[in-house]
Amino acid sequence: MNPLRLLKLIARNGRFAEPAPPAPPEDPALHLPSSLRGSVQVRHVDTGSCNGCEIELGAAFGGVYDVERYGARLVASPRHADVLAVTGVVTHNMVEPLLRTVEATPQPRVVIAIGDCARDCGLFAGAYGVAGSVSDIVDVDITVPGCPPHPAAIVAALRQVTGR
Amino acid sequence: MIDVFLVILQVLVATAITPLLVGVMRQVRARMEGRVGAGLLQPYRDVRKLLAKEPLRADGSSIVLIAAPLVLLVSSLMVIALVPLVTTAYLPSIPNDLFVVVSLLLIGTVALALLGLDAGTAFGGMGSSRHMMIAALVEPTVLMSVYALSIPVGSSTLSRIVLARGADVTRVVTPAGLLAVVALVVVVLAETGRLPVDNPSTHLELTMIHEGMVLESAGRDLAWLELGSWLRLTALLGLVVNLALPWGLADTAQPLALLIAVAALCAKLLVAGGLIAAAEVFMAKVRLFRVPELLAGSFVLAFLAVTASYLAG
Repeated sequence: MNPLRLLKLIARNGRFAEPAPPAPPEDPALHLPSSLRGSVQVRHVDTGSCNGCEIELGAAFGGVYDVERYGARLVASPRHADVLAVTGVVTHNMVEPLLRTVEATPQPRVVIAIGDCARDCGLFAGAYGVAGSVSDIVDVDITVPGCPPHPAAIVAALRQVTGR
Repeated sequence: MIDVFLVILQVLVATAITPLLVGVMRQVRARMEGRVGAGLLQPYRDVRKLLAKEPLRADGSSIVLIAAPLVLLVSSLMVIALVPLVTTAYLPSIPNDLFVVVSLLLIGTVALALLGLDAGTAFGGMGSSRHMMIAALVEPTVLMSVYALSIPVGSSTLSRIVLARGADVTRVVTPAGLLAVVALVVVVLAETGRLPVDNPSTHLELTMIHEGMVLESAGRDLAWLELGSWLRLTALLGLVVNLALPWGLADTAQPLALLIAVAALCAKLLVAGGLIAAAEVFMAKVRLFRVPELLAGSFVLAFLAVTASYLAG
């Protein structure tokens, strides 16, 4: 794209991000590690999702909801991650990869189950390819209900961890 | 003795502002993309968090996974100590010679490449091979362009070059000087893994260079790697801005001169970092096979700079 046109677009549009909602009240029942305050790296694990939750997760990290302003960032490796964002029911083929990903994430770590499928298998409960919900396979710290959950709900869950 | 004090001060100041430099670059980019950004102090929070985490190491990985981050960090700190950033003073036993600095940079480069190979993952090896290819193209250009600046001064000691350029404004705006600085900017961007050579915020393993090599590091290993690469950025960017604008550096330990030097370094570095980040918004990463063309172009500029400084003095 022509740099001048791009510059005009930048000057005209300014900020896309919505104003920040007030920080969600701290939930004392969650027992989140305090060393993750202010900086959280997120690794996304899709264990058998329909990609609805992926779109909402993408929106949460996009310019409008902009969860990066609270200190959360997506990373490419579970070794770099503090938070595993798991979406979808856990299919038989993804049990082992999910267990290995959790094992490859250094402590202290937080597992967030995003969407109704990850929480309680949702629509797919009892289907032949499904091994269970995320909490059947690994310990889950936070769940975000919804089919798919609203990006603002995902942002609120991540803000619980970053504390910002 | 006073030289040692000045060099230690330079290392402390440069290390302290390095995360701020990275924060400014990320923030400028975020604002231009219409985001809010994580704040200028986010890199400090990232490093503090990583240091508090367990350094998980893969089964079958060797001592390299532990040692390479430390080698990279120490080599970067050495480069910071040698390059004239705050002061033109240098350690009497180690000359801050151009060739010493380039060799130290190579030690860090090789440590990173070995780290990428150590865990035996596909992306690590790919990152290492690309990293070495870029290093092989970058190092001659760094040598050539600083050599072009050293010819009129008659010394390859970086402090002397900066001092001589600062003393005589006509030296800064010669054709040779300008060509050499442009060539240096291109190779510094390549060496520190910025756009258009590498994308520091990529999640796509196939396009990774730097990120690909550090995929297997966690916790404090990763903290040292991040800090080591950021310090390289500070050192190289600091060298370029001090060659382009060779004013404000302290050569004595007077408090006022030191204060001016620290302020000048911060201002020059942060403005240069902000400009690079703003330019990156308009750029896409070039295809890997086009990177040699870009770097060959900068080598030609450096070569022209050497020729010009011989012909025009």
